[in-house]
Amino acid sequence: MQPCTTVTSIAAPVAIKDVDTDMIIPAQFLTSISRVGFGPNLFVRLRNSRPDFYQNQARFQGTQVLIADSNFGCGSSREHAVWALLGAGIRVVIAPSFADIFSGNSAKNGLLLVTLPESDVHGLLREASERDLKLTVDLAKQKVRADDGREWDFAYDPFRKHCLLHGLDDLDYLRSHLDSITIKKAELRTNWFYSSLVPNR
Amino acid sequence: MKTIIEKIWESHVVPANESGAPDILTIDFMLLHEVTSIQAFDLLRERSIPLLDISRLVATLDHSIPTRKNRFDIYDDAARTQVEALRAACAEYGIRLFDFDSGYQGIVHVIGPELGLTQPGMTIVCGDSHTSTHGAFGALAFGVGTSEVGHVLATGAILQRRPKTMQVEFSGSFAPGVYAKDAIVKLIAEIGIGGANGHVIEYTGDAVRQMSMEQRMTVCNMSIECGARAGLVSPDDTTIEFLKGRPYAPKDADWDRAVRHWRSLASDPGASYDRSVRIDVGALTPMVTWGTNPEQAISVDGTVPRLSSLPESHRGVAAQALAYTKLSEGQPIRGVKIDYAFLGSCTNGRIEDLRIAAAVLKGHKVHSDVTLYVVPGSERVMQQARDEGLVEVFESAGADFRMPGCSMCLGMNDDKVPAGKRCISTSNRNFIGRQGEGSITHLASPATVAASAVAGAITSYGG
Repeated sequence: MQPCTTVTSIAAPVAIKDVDTDMIIPAQFLTSISRVGFGPNLFVRLRNSRPDFYQNQARFQGTQVLIADSNFGCGSSREHAVWALLGAGIRVVIAPSFADIFSGNSAKNGLLLVTLPESDVHGLLREASERDLKLTVDLAKQKVRADDGREWDFAYDPFRKHCLLHGLDDLDYLRSHLDSITIKKAELRTNWFYSSLVPNR
Repeated sequence: MKTIIEKIWESHVVPANESGAPDILTIDFMLLHEVTSIQAFDLLRERSIPLLDISRLVATLDHSIPTRKNRFDIYDDAARTQVEALRAACAEYGIRLFDFDSGYQGIVHVIGPELGLTQPGMTIVCGDSHTSTHGAFGALAFGVGTSEVGHVLATGAILQRRPKTMQVEFSGSFAPGVYAKDAIVKLIAEIGIGGANGHVIEYTGDAVRQMSMEQRMTVCNMSIECGARAGLVSPDDTTIEFLKGRPYAPKDADWDRAVRHWRSLASDPGASYDRSVRIDVGALTPMVTWGTNPEQAISVDGTVPRLSSLPESHRGVAAQALAYTKLSEGQPIRGVKIDYAFLGSCTNGRIEDLRIAAAVLKGHKVHSDVTLYVVPGSERVMQQARDEGLVEVFESAGADFRMPGCSMCLGMNDDKVPAGKRCISTSNRNFIGRQGEGSITHLASPATVAASAVAGAITSYGG
């Protein structure tokens, strides 16, 4: 996993509540056996149906920071949504809230989700649509800084922060605890009531 | 006094040694399918990690496969590659795959329960957000991303923060023609699509106790549509009766031990929840969605809301939804003409759903302007529908009875609603383009979908 430290970029607005993972990457693009290659189809329906969508504006080319509205990433559990965002160069999404599974998937791939109060996010959404709003997102200091010096602190899970800053993933952590997992599983096995996956018809 | 959620959580967690680290939740059972699981094997291969344990893994084909009769021939290259990759991975690692014509192939959330693989007290995951379906059995079941599928393959566990608990009490008794689907859509309409974020829901109340397992699965299935991590029901006689004699259910002395264990899992009387919501289903009428997310739902007898009647924060989304679904504020939803009807999916593709729809269709014809797809949730459901004479009812009504799979719920295969066409559907998401580019979706119960297919327009059974 790529470490995520400090990202500075013109922020692009996605002023839509409840952006679901079908909007981020439609199901028809999921027929792949790879974890890469989804970037070109990021938000494809929004791009095609809304001329003012950020992807249709030259000034947002190469943006790494998105500002979105509440409950971003709801719906399907597809990790492809995170792969598509990262594949298109997005490193940070700022929103008032995120859906659960999407949050988990983001943390596991180094996509930084920043939660800020709704009124602040709505202000940033307006600014980003009106002018070039350059934001610096600093995970180590847990701060978002605007180009005019304004700052916002954000909360972030300390464990996730450590992982993201160092590019560590859950699998390394879980594998280091394999012994205690094995003991727990043996204990639970007394309540397992089938032992074989060969059906007894 | 503990809830079933706490009981399962506490028995499955390896306490974190490091302060601030999430809990390690051990997973009892995982289902794999061709679309979100394949890449998880790469996580093992890239790091030369062996697969930990195959005894509690099952794979099947459902999301992207064709549902036409000659489905063995997958024309779409990408979909065929996925199917072949899953077959190869299962062969390589010795994982049990329920392939076409195994007798057990079907939608992951239909086959787990019907085979007795899904049992009370388990932790269950799958790379699909509707994994909450299995919660109907009193299991803690939820959707995960591909990385977490890989974590289970490699370690049998995932990292999770303890969820908050929420009680949803469905009280009262359903009026005729009103079903579990209407109750869960009503809940989503009331609390919103992010209304249960961060929570696991336990469904309680008289109405839940009276529900069949199929109906409970429909309710738990759509928990994710209000943002819940999972939804479940404490096991009772209905649960135990359903499991008895299933292919993978315990037998003989194991059965008695299992039943004792399962009964001990139910939430203790007086256990407390972080939040509670109560809905009286006695007052409920059939529900249907009017917009582009599942909370945008009203009674079939109702009218499309006026934007001015909605909270200000909802108006923008609602205006865009109405532009997309080509409906007007204040318009009655009953009578809106439809082009397609879809009966199936992990929400409503089980035998009871087919029975309900067949009872509505019997002796009627599907309207000449309407294409009705009936897609059984599994090969067992398909066989049962044949044995019970339901297929004959569907076919003589003019419906297209197809092979099992996810089909038109998400349009990953050829089963798509064409652009500009309107579909009434028993599935779970009415997102823009979900059933095909430019398609319009109205979510409803099997009875409402069947009645609407006959009428050629949105209506309720007996309405």
